[in-house]
Amino acid sequence: MAAPLTLLLIVAVTIRAVLFRSSWAELISERVEVVSPLNAWKRVVEGLALLDLGVSPYSGDVFHETPFMIYLFHFVVDYAEIVFMVSPGLVFCLSRFLTSLYLFRKQKYALESDRYPADCLELLRSPKEMFYIPLKVAMFYLLNPFTILSCVAKSTCGLNNAIIALFILCTLKGSALLSGILLALATYQSIYPLTLFAPALLFFLQRLYIPVNLRRSSFWFFTLQYAFIYVGSLVVITGLSFFLLGSWDFIPSVYGFIFSVPDLTPNIGLFWYFFAEMFEHFRLFFICVFQINVFFYTIPLSIKLKEHPVFLIFMQIAIISIFKSYPTVGDVALYMAFLPAWSHLYRFLRNIFLVSCVLLACSALFPVLWHLWIYAGSANSNFYYAITLLFNFGQILLVSDYFYAYLRREHHLTHGLYLKKKDGTEATLVLK
Amino acid sequence: MLILSSLLLFILLAAARDEFQEELVIRPLHSGDIYASFQFRTLWDTDFLQEGQKVSHYRLFPKSLGQVLSKFSVRELHISFTQGFWRTMQWGQPFIPSPPGAELWVWFHDTVSDVDGNWKELTNVLSGIFCASLNFIDLTNTVQPSASFKPLGLGNATDHRFLRYATLPREIVCTENLTPWKKLLPCGSKAGLAVLMKSEKLFHSSFHSQAVHIRPICQDEQCSSKAWELRQTLNVVFDLHTSGQGKKEWSLFKMFSRTLTEACPLASSSKVYVDITDNPELFELSPATPLLGQAVVLGDRRTYSVYDLIMPTSSMVLSPCALGDMLRPLLHAERYVAGFGLQTGEIHTVIYNNHPYRAFPVLLMDSVPWYLQLYIHTLTVTSKSRDNKPSYIHYQPAKDRHRPHLLEMLIQLPPHSMTEVTVQFERALLKWTEYTPDPNHGFYVGSSVVSALVPSMVAMRTNFTQDQPLFSSFVPVKEESSYFVRVYTEPLLVNLPTPDFSMPYNVICLTCTVVAVGYGSFYNLLTRTFQVDEPSPPLSKRLANLIRRMRGVPLLT
Repeated sequence: MAAPLTLLLIVAVTIRAVLFRSSWAELISERVEVVSPLNAWKRVVEGLALLDLGVSPYSGDVFHETPFMIYLFHFVVDYAEIVFMVSPGLVFCLSRFLTSLYLFRKQKYALESDRYPADCLELLRSPKEMFYIPLKVAMFYLLNPFTILSCVAKSTCGLNNAIIALFILCTLKGSALLSGILLALATYQSIYPLTLFAPALLFFLQRLYIPVNLRRSSFWFFTLQYAFIYVGSLVVITGLSFFLLGSWDFIPSVYGFIFSVPDLTPNIGLFWYFFAEMFEHFRLFFICVFQINVFFYTIPLSIKLKEHPVFLIFMQIAIISIFKSYPTVGDVALYMAFLPAWSHLYRFLRNIFLVSCVLLACSALFPVLWHLWIYAGSANSNFYYAITLLFNFGQILLVSDYFYAYLRREHHLTHGLYLKKKDGTEATLVLK
Repeated sequence: MLILSSLLLFILLAAARDEFQEELVIRPLHSGDIYASFQFRTLWDTDFLQEGQKVSHYRLFPKSLGQVLSKFSVRELHISFTQGFWRTMQWGQPFIPSPPGAELWVWFHDTVSDVDGNWKELTNVLSGIFCASLNFIDLTNTVQPSASFKPLGLGNATDHRFLRYATLPREIVCTENLTPWKKLLPCGSKAGLAVLMKSEKLFHSSFHSQAVHIRPICQDEQCSSKAWELRQTLNVVFDLHTSGQGKKEWSLFKMFSRTLTEACPLASSSKVYVDITDNPELFELSPATPLLGQAVVLGDRRTYSVYDLIMPTSSMVLSPCALGDMLRPLLHAERYVAGFGLQTGEIHTVIYNNHPYRAFPVLLMDSVPWYLQLYIHTLTVTSKSRDNKPSYIHYQPAKDRHRPHLLEMLIQLPPHSMTEVTVQFERALLKWTEYTPDPNHGFYVGSSVVSALVPSMVAMRTNFTQDQPLFSSFVPVKEESSYFVRVYTEPLLVNLPTPDFSMPYNVICLTCTVVAVGYGSFYNLLTRTFQVDEPSPPLSKRLANLIRRMRGVPLLT
C-alpha cells in the first residue's frame, strides 16, 4: 500500500512542478473558472504590494483575503509554489484515515451486531475492496485536473481545502478540541464551512454514544462544550486578525464581500449573471434568498442523516461548493475526492453516465465559450452563462444521485435486498 | 465720441473698484493652423467669503458666479470645456492647457465642514449656469489629488481634503455652452473682442476650449491688498487648410466672419497681440503697427505686434508668407491602451523629455474609474529601457461604485529620453443598469495630467507688473530658471464585457429553475421514504370495484 501511494505522490508532484515552470501557469492563473476574486493569487500579491506602499489592502476592492493570509504569505511569498503543493498532500492524508479509521470500523461493528438481514451480504464491502479506497481517494484528489489547475494557478482555494481536510481528519480521529479550532479557522477563511458544525457534532455524539435527544442533558452538555470551543476559537482568531492591521476593515472586505456579492466577475457559479441582470429593487431580496439557500439544507439533512455523519459532511461540502457565491473548480474537486469512498453505491446510481458526460462536456466548453465571448467577440455572455447553468445542474444531479443511492442502500440493509410485493413478484422501490 | 467714452471710463473707474481687461493673441502655428486665444479678466477688490456681509452690488463681476463663490465658500474655481485634443508636438504648448471634455477643480475654504456636500451642490449649480451636464460629476469620478493641483492664486493651503478634481471626458461642447459663457462677460457679445465669437466659425475648428478661472490674487508686489480675479479664456485653433483657404493668408474676417468695431466701453484695456516671432521679415501685417512688445511666455521669448483697440483702428488683414522652425516642446505625453480581449489590458503612458541635457522631475496624476481594476504591483516605469523608480507614489485604490483610483507619482525624467509607465488592469462586468445607453461605444477614462517645472532656455520674469499681457501672467512664476507646464494626455476609450440586456427575466427564470431543481431533489429525498410499489389497478377494475362497493359485493383484487 505504501508503494502505490508514494508513486502517486511522485506523479502528482511531477505534474504540478512541470506545469509551474511552463508557460501554461500564466494562462491558468488568469482563468475565471479556476480563480475568483476571493482566492486569486494575483490579488494576494496586490494586497502585499499595497501593504508595502503603506496603504491598507482593504481600502480598495481588490483584496478579499483574511489577515491570516497576509500574515502567512508575508513570510512565504517566495516559496508560494511549495505551499500550494503541500496542501493537496494534507487532503491525501485524510483519505487514509477516512477509510481505515471510520468506514472499516463502522462496518465491523455493524456486522458484529448482526443487524443486517441475511441477503444483504453482497451489499457489504469486503475488506479487500476497502483496502484500495485510500489510494482511490488520493488519486481522485491529486490527479483530478481541477485540483491540478487550482494548484498551478496558486489559488488559495487549495489552502482552504487543506484546512477543511484537516478538520475532517481531526473529527474522525475523535479530537474535539482540534476539530473545533480547525472548523473555526475554516469558517474564518470563508464563512460557509459554518454548516459543517452540525455533522461534526453528530459524529462526536455518535462516537461518544450520546443519543441525539433534545431532552437529555448529556446531549446539551456536549453540544455546549463543542460550541464553546468553536465560537471561542473563532473569536480568538478574529481578535488576532484585528491586531494584525489594527482595524476591523477586513470584516466588510471579506465577509461583507462574500455575502453581498458586489463583484460580478464571471465564474462557474449561479450568482454572477443573476445579479448582473437583476432589477435593482429586488437585489437585496434575492441576495438573502441565495445565501439562505446554502445554509438552509443543514437542519433537514442533519435530521435525515443523523446516523451517518460522514456522508452528511460530504453532502454539506457539496452543497457549499455548488451554491456558494464565488465557486471555483477547486471547491468542486474537494467533494469529488470523496466519491471513491462511496464506490459501493455504484449499483444504485441512476444517472451517473449522464452526469459524467455533462460534467466532462461543460469542463471542455467553458474555455471555448469564454474565448468566443471575450476574445473573439462572436458569442455573448449568454453562451457562457448557459454552460454555467448546465455545469451546476450536472453537479446537483450528481449529489442528489449519490444521496438517493445512499438512502436506498440503507433501506436495503434494513429491509433486505430482494424485495417482494404482496403477491410474491419482484417489487420496485419508489419514493413516496 | 472718444472723449465721451474716456470720460465714462474715468467716472466708472473712480466709483467702483473693479476693472476689466480683454485681449486676443493670434499666433500662426507651424502646421499652417492659426491659434487664437481670447482672455477676459475682471479684477474685483471685494471679499466674497466674509461672514455676515453679503455682497449685493455687482457691476463687472457676474452676479451668478459671485453668488456661487459666497454660497459654497469657494476659494478657487477652474472649469474648462474643450472640444478636440491639443496636439503638443505640432502646435507647441498652449497658453492655458485643458483636457478634452469638461474639467472642474475647486479649492474650498478651510471653514467648510462638509466638502462633499458642497461639491455636489456646486456641480449642479454650475451645470445650470453653463448648460452642461456637470451633474454627472459625483463621488465615482471625483478625486482629491495630493500634489498635482496646488492653488494657482493666493493661499498656502496644503490640506488636499479641501480640493476636488473631476473630469468628464465624454462631455461635448457646443453653442449652448458658449452662449451662457459669453453672457458672463461685462459687454456680452455686443462690443469689444467678444464680437468675434460667433459659434458657426468657432466650432468649425480643430480645437476649441472655453474656460473660467476664478482665484484670489495680490494686487501689487507687496500683496498689501487682495482682489478676486475672474479670467474667461477661449482658445481656438483654426485649420485654414481644410476650411477651404488654400493660401497661407488669413484675416480676422476670414477666421471669425466678423470684424472688430470698437473696444468694450467697460474695459480698461483691450489689445490684440499678433505673434511675429517666427521670421518677422517674412510677415506682412496690414495695417502695420509701430507697437511691438516682447514677452517671455512658456520658456520662450516672443515678439508681438500690439494693436490697442482703445485707440481707434480699422479692420485688420494680416498675411504671413512663410514660417520657420518651431521651438520643440520640452515636455510631451501620450497614452494608450494595450492588450486584446475584454478581460485584461494595460495602460501605457509615455512621457517625452526633449531637453537636450537637463533632467527634471514630473508629477504624473492618473485617475482611473473603478470598473477598471488596476493592479499596482504590475506598475513599471522604464526610461531608456532601464527601471526608473518613482521617488513619490501616492496611490488610493478604488472602492467599487464609490470612488475611482488615484495614482500620483513623481518621476525623474532623464534628458532627451522617453519614459514609459505601464500598469495592468482588469475589466469588470457591471450590473446591466450601470451601462450607458450605447455600451459598445466604450467607457472613457479621463486624461492623465503631467505637471512639471520645465527648465527654461530664457530667463522668466518673476517680478510683477500691471502692464504684463494677460497670457503671460496666468501661472505665477516663482523662479527665473523654470516655468510651469501642465500637459494633458489623450482620454482613453475602453470596452467592457457586456451582459445581454434583453435577458433579465429569462436569466432570473433559468437560474431559479436550476436552484429549484436542487431544492426539489433534496426535498424529495428528505421527506419521502422508500416503499414497495403496489401498482394501482387499471381503470376498468377500479370502476368495477366502485360499482361492487355500492352493491355491497366483495371487491376484485
